[in-house]
Amino acid sequence: MSKASSGTLYRGHEGMWSWVGHRVTGVVIFLFLLVHVLDTSLVRVSPGAYDAVMSTYKNPLMALGETALVAAIVFHAFNGLRLILVDFWKSGTKYHRQMLWGVLALWVITMVAFSIRHLSIAFGGH
Amino acid sequence: MSTELPEPASKIELKPGVGGGGEIPQFNITLRVRRYLPETTADAYWEDFELTMYGTDRVLDALHKVKWDHDGSLSFRRSCAHGVCGSDAMRINGRNRLACKTLLKDLDHSKPITVEAIKGLPLEKDLIVDMEPFFQSYREIMPFLINKGHEPSAERYQSAEDHATFEDTTKCILCAACTSSCPVFWTDGQYFGPAAIVNAHRFIFDSRDDAGDMRLEVLNDKEGVWRCRTTFNCTEACPRGIQVTKAIAEVKQAILARSI
Repeated sequence: MSKASSGTLYRGHEGMWSWVGHRVTGVVIFLFLLVHVLDTSLVRVSPGAYDAVMSTYKNPLMALGETALVAAIVFHAFNGLRLILVDFWKSGTKYHRQMLWGVLALWVITMVAFSIRHLSIAFGGH
Repeated sequence: MSTELPEPASKIELKPGVGGGGEIPQFNITLRVRRYLPETTADAYWEDFELTMYGTDRVLDALHKVKWDHDGSLSFRRSCAHGVCGSDAMRINGRNRLACKTLLKDLDHSKPITVEAIKGLPLEKDLIVDMEPFFQSYREIMPFLINKGHEPSAERYQSAEDHATFEDTTKCILCAACTSSCPVFWTDGQYFGPAAIVNAHRFIFDSRDDAGDMRLEVLNDKEGVWRCRTTFNCTEACPRGIQVTKAIAEVKQAILARSI
């Protein structure tokens, strides 16, 4: 495409923005998995090296990062189920919007519960 | 006509101002058009036009006013101007619409009304794009009746129930509003796009047609229906109100049902 074709951003509705969210969280999860495979495989190199890397993760910044990661995974998981229903449930395309609100409601409930437990452990010092 | 008869007097007495005889409201708008003139400038740019329009006018009327009264170089396509030919699909305030079906009174006049060419197809000039890639996909799904039986002496019978299965997708006017609203199509020009799938759906589910399997085979390609990410931009953009994403989902289900 030439530069001439660029213009304003397309103003989509819920369907488009949930797709953007699904893409972004998907890439974030992929990058995490890349690092995760690397650090876990360190245990094969030496358990000492593995423990050293793991101990660098135990700080408040990483605790917040983990919360963001879980937020991305939970959204991607629930929205993924919604997408399967949109494709293969007969009335899926009719109720896609309502299902998105359902996904977001489940996401908020899960994240509130997770954040309370995770952050109280991370910052509570127990 | 030889003689002109005087109009008979109305039998209903209307109070003045009642019955739609009042003056049509006027308002001022700023039409912000994305111009692209390959002969003079390399890049596209925005140009504003201050116009006084009527409450009954559409975006197409505003474009006509610009072309006829302000700047004759403005280029856009339109034919019937009544939502049937599908020539004037464009991006109005960031969403794909037919200029001839979008009333100015329904838009926000406090901000400029932006008008751009549809996305994802090669831009030729101003609001005109090269539709060839779009029609190429359309041709590939064989949008015509294929029937292996004998030519009937009367019409090919179809029950109302059978017709209802694809009635929605017969409404397509090939304006490309759906295909050019699809984020997958913007980045992957090989994707068939919603309009081609809608027109395939129209024949796949037609009980008089015998080539449904061939079309399902074409659309089972990696650039076929499986590229659809159900963003619903197409359904929202369709000026004919076709449930495009639903039609694509039905084709997906038909491909799966066939392979089981």
